[in-house]
Amino acid sequence: MATLRVENLWMEYGAQTVLERVNLDVADGAFCALVGASGCGKSTFLRLLLSQERPTRGTILMDGQPLPQDPGPDRGVVFQRYSVFPHLNAVQNVALALEIARAPGLGRLFGKARRAALSEAEVMLADVGLGHACGHYPAELSGGMQQRLAIAQALARKPRILLLDEPFGALDPGTRTQMHGLISRLWRETGMTVFMVTHDIREAFALGTRVLVFDKTRHDPQAPGAYGATITYDLPVDRSTSKVPSASEEKSAP
Amino acid sequence: MRRLINLRPSRQGTFFLGALPFAIVLVIYFVFSSLRLAENPADKLMPAFSTMGEAIVRVAAEPEQRSGTIVLWADTGASLVRLALGLGIATAIGLVFGILNGLIVYARVTLAPFVGVLSMVPPMALLPILFIMLGLEETSKVALIVIGVAPYLMRDLALRVEELPGEQLVKAQTLGASTWVIVARVVLPQILPRLIDGLRLSLGPAWLFLIAAEAIASTEGLGYRIFLMRRYMAMDVILPYVAWITFLAAISDWVLVQISRRAFGWAHLGRGA
Ligand SMILES: Nc1ncnc2c1ncn2[C@@H]1O[C@H](COP(=O)(O)OP(=O)(O)OP(=O)(O)O)[C@@H](O)[C@H]1O
Ligand SMILES: [Mg+2]
Repeated sequence: MATLRVENLWMEYGAQTVLERVNLDVADGAFCALVGASGCGKSTFLRLLLSQERPTRGTILMDGQPLPQDPGPDRGVVFQRYSVFPHLNAVQNVALALEIARAPGLGRLFGKARRAALSEAEVMLADVGLGHACGHYPAELSGGMQQRLAIAQALARKPRILLLDEPFGALDPGTRTQMHGLISRLWRETGMTVFMVTHDIREAFALGTRVLVFDKTRHDPQAPGAYGATITYDLPVDRSTSKVPSASEEKSAP
Repeated sequence: MRRLINLRPSRQGTFFLGALPFAIVLVIYFVFSSLRLAENPADKLMPAFSTMGEAIVRVAAEPEQRSGTIVLWADTGASLVRLALGLGIATAIGLVFGILNGLIVYARVTLAPFVGVLSMVPPMALLPILFIMLGLEETSKVALIVIGVAPYLMRDLALRVEELPGEQLVKAQTLGASTWVIVARVVLPQILPRLIDGLRLSLGPAWLFLIAAEAIASTEGLGYRIFLMRRYMAMDVILPYVAWITFLAAISDWVLVQISRRAFGWAHLGRGA
């Protein structure tokens, strides 16, 4: 789907260097788990991949081309919170993605086309285990259900790269295991490239085909902001031995 | 002994307690009015309820001899049209500039300082200028309401737009939404409930500006009437008029609350998502 190449990337906020000398080559369909200490720049790295911000130095190439300057439908995202729209119910949230895809000018479909989008959205919701909650507003959904909704919404545009920033950070361990099953199944089915930030090392090794560790290699005790983090370890995960949560574990929303 | 903060009245109790202050005020008025009238039957300051009743019939049910119109309804119609026009135009301006200033950085840096200074100008100080430039007719009265209300709505809505989580705007872009689609499908629907709240809070100032403008230059309208009646010390008309204005304001507030509940149910679900 999409190869990604990061060349000598730096990110500085004023005098504070957050990321430095980041180099990375990611093949099509890889599942990269990003780990590292809090504040080391993992979310910043995802924001750069999203084009939400621009690196101060270096380039990011997608399929050999520089990244577009704005976020776009080629890169989907699920944040830890605020990923779905509170004024739309579950099925409308997913259908919005289809409406924008089919009517980019108005962002709204009418009549038959709208009904078609809504029923497609219902199928997608059922696929992530939210079939029973189509008419619920996000405020009426539990944390796990909101993240399922956010995933369905992000996938509705069929992004080539999916960026996940601690998507399961706020969920209890049981729900988390179900979500692991869901995301690895969707990843296998779509073949998209995934970047997932997590604080849970077991999660990183259970899901990722690669685990990227962000850390600082240089420290200046006088000026903690002088040096940034980079990718210190790039660990391939052998899929044949690691335990991928099976589809049977994921069913039904909490 | 239970703590005071945990005590709750029953349904009837709630109704009774809510009605109590009204009853007390009416009783006090009645007592003092009767005392004054017993001393001087021609006293105009605190007319009896019966006198007010007659005055109400006179203005609300009988056509005035000279114009042939029923005064109360003509006044009410004139005032409500001005109010609706003023609030409607202020709403449109507030929405357009609120979204522009809240969402588009270029618009914000261009307009925010200007709007900031402009909203410091006391609207009443502009009234003479409006009368000179727009004449004494409807336009200047509507304009005063717009000038008095629009800056508040504009800034309130801009703040609400800025409060929207940045994640939502990024998310919309990853779904392929253009700036326009983000406005139409993400921003506007989410600030409409806030617009209604803003309008509710603006009703008071809007009436204030309306009555002020009508008092100074008008030939009909609720504000015009009470200031006209002041010359004759006709408290029997002024008091019912004030009650009527209060009632109209309360009804508009109630209608806005109902619209918000019906149309924006999601906003009343508590902090969502
Ligand atoms: N817009 C910004 N302006 C200035 N500094 C920023 C900005 N965004 C992030 N930073 C700084 O960059 C550093 C990395 O932040 P980031 O959010 O990427 O960390 P993280 O690895 O995602 O941490 P966590 O695991 O806690 O989410 C932090 O020290 C933060 O203060
Ligand atoms: Mg983070």
